[in-house]
Formats: sequence, C-alpha cells, structure tokens
Amino acid sequence: MSAEPTLLEVENLVVRYPIHRGLVGSATRRPRRSVHAVEGVSLSVRRGEMLALVGESGCGKTTTAQAVLRLVDPVSGSIRFDGRDLVPLGPRELRPLRRRIQVVYQDPYESLDPRFRVRAAVEEPLLIHRLGGSKSERAARVRAALVRVELSPPELYLDRYPHELSGGQRQRVAIAAALVLEPDVLVADEPVSMLDVSVRAGVLNVLDGLREQGLAILMITHDLSTAARFAQRIAVMYLGRIVEEGPAAAVVRNPQHPYTKALLSVVPRRDPRDRQRPQILKGETPDAVFIPTGCRFHPRCPVAIERCAREDPALVRPASAEQGHRAACLLLPERAAAAEG
Amino acid sequence: MSPPLLQIEELHVWFDLEDGGELHAVQGVNLSLEPGERLGLVGESGCGKTTTALAIMGLLPPNASVSGRVLIEGDDILAGGEEAMRPHRWVDIAIVFQGAMNALNPVRTVGHQIVEALELHDRARGAAARARTAELFEAVGIPAARAGRYPHELSGGMRQRAAIAMALACNPKVLIADEPTTALDVMVQAQILELLDGLCRDFGLALVLVTHDLPVVAQLCNRCAVMYAGEIVERGPLETIYHSPGHPYSRMLFAASPDLAGLDEPVVSIAGAPPRLDRAIEGCPFAPRCDSVFDACTIRPRLEQVAADHDAACHLNSRVPVV
Repeated sequence: MSAEPTLLEVENLVVRYPIHRGLVGSATRRPRRSVHAVEGVSLSVRRGEMLALVGESGCGKTTTAQAVLRLVDPVSGSIRFDGRDLVPLGPRELRPLRRRIQVVYQDPYESLDPRFRVRAAVEEPLLIHRLGGSKSERAARVRAALVRVELSPPELYLDRYPHELSGGQRQRVAIAAALVLEPDVLVADEPVSMLDVSVRAGVLNVLDGLREQGLAILMITHDLSTAARFAQRIAVMYLGRIVEEGPAAAVVRNPQHPYTKALLSVVPRRDPRDRQRPQILKGETPDAVFIPTGCRFHPRCPVAIERCAREDPALVRPASAEQGHRAACLLLPERAAAAEG
Repeated sequence: MSPPLLQIEELHVWFDLEDGGELHAVQGVNLSLEPGERLGLVGESGCGKTTTALAIMGLLPPNASVSGRVLIEGDDILAGGEEAMRPHRWVDIAIVFQGAMNALNPVRTVGHQIVEALELHDRARGAAARARTAELFEAVGIPAARAGRYPHELSGGMRQRAAIAMALACNPKVLIADEPTTALDVMVQAQILELLDGLCRDFGLALVLVTHDLPVVAQLCNRCAVMYAGEIVERGPLETIYHSPGHPYSRMLFAASPDLAGLDEPVVSIAGAPPRLDRAIEGCPFAPRCDSVFDACTIRPRLEQVAADHDAACHLNSRVPVV
C-alpha cells in the first residue's frame, strides 16, 4: 500500500437534519422526524491521494463533505485531521485548521464575487486568515497560486473580472483561491459538472497535478467515468452509507455491490460499439426520512432475497475482491478472516 | 422519392445585440432527418445547437432574424411566418427542454396542462382529453395517480417525463430533445434515455438529441452532427465519426470525455475557447484550438463529402499527401 500517512480519517460519521414540525405539528404532537443524511460513514484520505465519493443526489455525499469542512455539526462520529479530532473543537480552535482544509464548489459563477478582480479574489483568503505578510509577499503568493492552476502568465488574468473569464478559467481561479492558503486537504464538490465537456479535462488535470504534489483530495462527484480516471480510490454512497469502497480500478473492473454494478452499467460510453444493456433500477432513491429496514438498498435491488429486508449488511471484504476493496451486501461471501492480510 | 421528413437548408440566425452589433449564431446549417432516425446534434455551449433547434420550432426571441428553409415533408414551415408555423408546431414537430421545471406551469397540475394542450389543438375535449392524457402518462411511465400532482411535487425525472408526455400530446413525427438529461442523476438519465429509445421504436418517432455530451449521443443515436461556431463541421453515422473522425474537433471532443473503457488513456481538454460570433471569422473557425493546423487553414473550409454518407469541413481531408 501507499507509504503516505493518512491525513484525514472520518469514522462512523452520522449527520441528521431535523425537520421542523411547525406550529400545527408541535400542537398536534406530530412525531419529531429528521433527514438521515449520513448514517455511519467511515473514510480516509492520504497525502497525494484522491478519494472520489460517488453517488446520486441525496445520497449524503455533499453532507459528508460539509461535515469534513465542519460546516455542519455531526450527531456522532469523529473526523480526525492530522491526528486531531475536529468534531469537539470550537470555532476559535478550528480557525487555524480551516486554512489547511479548503474547498472548491461546483459553480464558479456563484462562488466568485462578480465585483472582485482575479487578484482580489485570490488574495481575499490571505487577508481573512491574516497570512502572507506584506502586500508584495501576498502578491507573490497570488501569482504562484495562479501559476499552479495553469493560469500563466498570471499578469494576463490578475486584473480580469469573473465575467471576462471562461467557465474553465473561473473554476481555476476558485481553485487558486483555495490553494493560496497552502492547504493539505482539498474538498472538491462536483468541480467540473457545470463546465463544458471540452474544458473539464483541463481542470481535472490541474487537480491531478496538485495531488501528485502531495495534496489530499476528497472529490464529490456523480460521474463514475471521471472518478475512475482521476481518483485512486472510489467510495460509492447510497442513502447515507458507503456501500462499496476500494481502489478505483478494482471498483470499476470488479464491482461487488449490486448498486455499483447498476451504476456502472448506465454510464454512457463513448464508443457506440460499447453500448451495453443498461441495468436500470426502477424508481428513485427513497426519502432519507424513512430509511428501509435491513439493507437500505433492498427495495430497489435486483437480486435481493428475503433476508435483505431484515439484516443490515456491514462493509466487509468479499472473497473475490482484492485487498482494500470492501462492499456491504449480504449475498457476498465474506473472505475468511484468517486470509485477511 | 418522397422528400425527407425534416429538411433544413442554409439556415442562418442572427441576433440583434443591444450595442447595435449582430451575432451570427447559426451560419448556414443543412440537415435532413428520415422517419425513425435518431440524430445527435453536438457541440459546446454557444455553438448554435439550441438556436438551431429553436429556429426549427419557430420559437426564437423577437431580436432574432432567420433565413433559409425548414421543410416538413417538403412543406416550408419557415416561409409563411407564424401563420404557416402554427399548424405544424407540436403537431408535426415538438420539443422537450432541459429544465422541465421551466416548461411546466407551476400553478397547474401536470394532468391539467396536457388536457389543456389537447383542447387548444382541438385534439380532444373533456373526458376524451382526460383519457388521452392517461394514455400519454402510461406511455412515458408516470403512474396514473400522479396526474393530479403539481410540478413541484414531482421529482426531476418525473417532471421530465411529464414534459415529454406534453410534447407527445399531438402525436408529432419529430421530437427535438434539448439536453433532456443534463440536470438529472445517472440512473434517472438512463431511465429517460431508455424512455426516448422506446418511444422512437414504438411510435416511429424521429429524434433530434441536442447535447454537449457525446457519450449520451453514443447511447441513443445512430447519426451525429457536430456543430462548432454556428456551423456543422462534421456529420455522418456515429460509429464512423467515433472510429474515423473527419474533423479534428470531433476527435478532440471524444478525447475530452473520460470513458470507463480507457482508464489509462489521457483525457485532454481542448485549449482556448470558441470564437466570438459577433465578428466575422477568418479562415477555419477551429484553427486557433486545433492540433493539426497547416497553411490551408487560413481559408474557411466548407462541409464536403469525405466518404459515402460522411461529410466534414476540414482541409486535412483534401490535403495531397506529400510523397
């Protein structure tokens, strides 16, 4: 395995959003309910590694990311960053750590202030964190960040406003604004889904280069082909749980969980000759308020048996999977514990 | 030989800009579609693919001017203005838009909106219209119980199905689907693509799929037209364009989308941006971004045949090999 140390380690993370009952609801004693957004997620990211968290809308992938950024409060679980649990920390203690975990959002049209020139947008985080020393030192850092996202020479971009840039350039500016603080972890939430296909690869290659330089990246995406091509490891989420996790190539070439298999079968392929019979799941992901009993995937699972409605499977290494590859399905014979190396 | 189902000849669209300028959004598009054919109209944002679709439907905003011909079974629907268009729009040719939320009226139930459409077009009234609506909902896979729901009560996939049902109300021969799955999850996208596939097969519907996503086209279409800077730069059977592209843009567009089959292949973006369409373009519009430019590219190439049923607008195809 990789020799790099684990930088970010999430364990048994649970995040729930309470639903307000309203005046009538509380007067009539309507039961308190909550959205079970994340229900016991564990994951880890090493330096120089990209972990792709893959799943459909509402599966809890963005909530997981927001918990890592400490933008939502978990109900339980731990988020260890560089050996320290972030969950019990207050705003004052979190502040110096926030610099080291940065985020890039989906829509660069919304994440950049339209009245800020590129120079100001990238410098702003330094001012907020009171870093970067003198004005000229800050200017040098801003330039360096732009070069790292391949907006060079930086002079060409420094005085432009967001509306004067293309979508791909805008997203690079957003990445530069995260990089200027020299973070250790970058959370990228659907970083290319708003961009034209022709420029997506450019932004992904920039992220890949940063990863090679040692950045740990947690990428949230719904696109398995992007995850397969750029991430080292993939974790597939369904209704608040990770149902399969492992090295990217193993998950894509030797999927274990029926949900992963179905997701892979519906990914459109470039070559018309690769067109395959998609295994389309009926219906939509159930509401995260009423989680199905047993395996939460069983109502949509094409191979579910009666037992699946009763037992909640754990994430284990199936017999036919390589090391580090785990799935949560009762139908998979678990690899004997003795053989686990 | 009977005329093609849909034929577009020398279609041009200009938009008047506020500053007095003019944007030449569609620059001489020629296309034809046979019954049951599925054509993918592909290109980046701003290449003119949606404008082409709106021009075919006669739905362009007032600041647009159009020239060229759009023929449905030989009948020019563009020449007579709105009067000539009305009997054909939704009846012969219908469109489904990307955000179904914008196509549906938020204060009317989805069922009511289709009944209304049927009555407006004198297709059916009262009980007959409601029965036809139930039929349409069944065809697109909406459970009958949801007919009484408002758009906001439906999921994105269900809303898109309702928009498709509405487009099919008058039994059109051609369906234009403009990025029908872009805002949807992969599994829901697969459901909608399967639905469109079934509709084409069961009702002999001809489909124009407008999208920037080539793999989605590969999933559903048999033919493809690639647009760049307002014109078609390549067209032909999809397999031909994938396996032996006649234009570097098509080849580079395929190479820019990651694919499960090529995990170790580099994924390369296309540097630069498309040219502005409010100024005249000199030479090949793709030349500044092309990886195969040579001296002939200072002259604008025309769409020419490179093989049977395969056209491309690139000088490389007529380049005399140097011996």
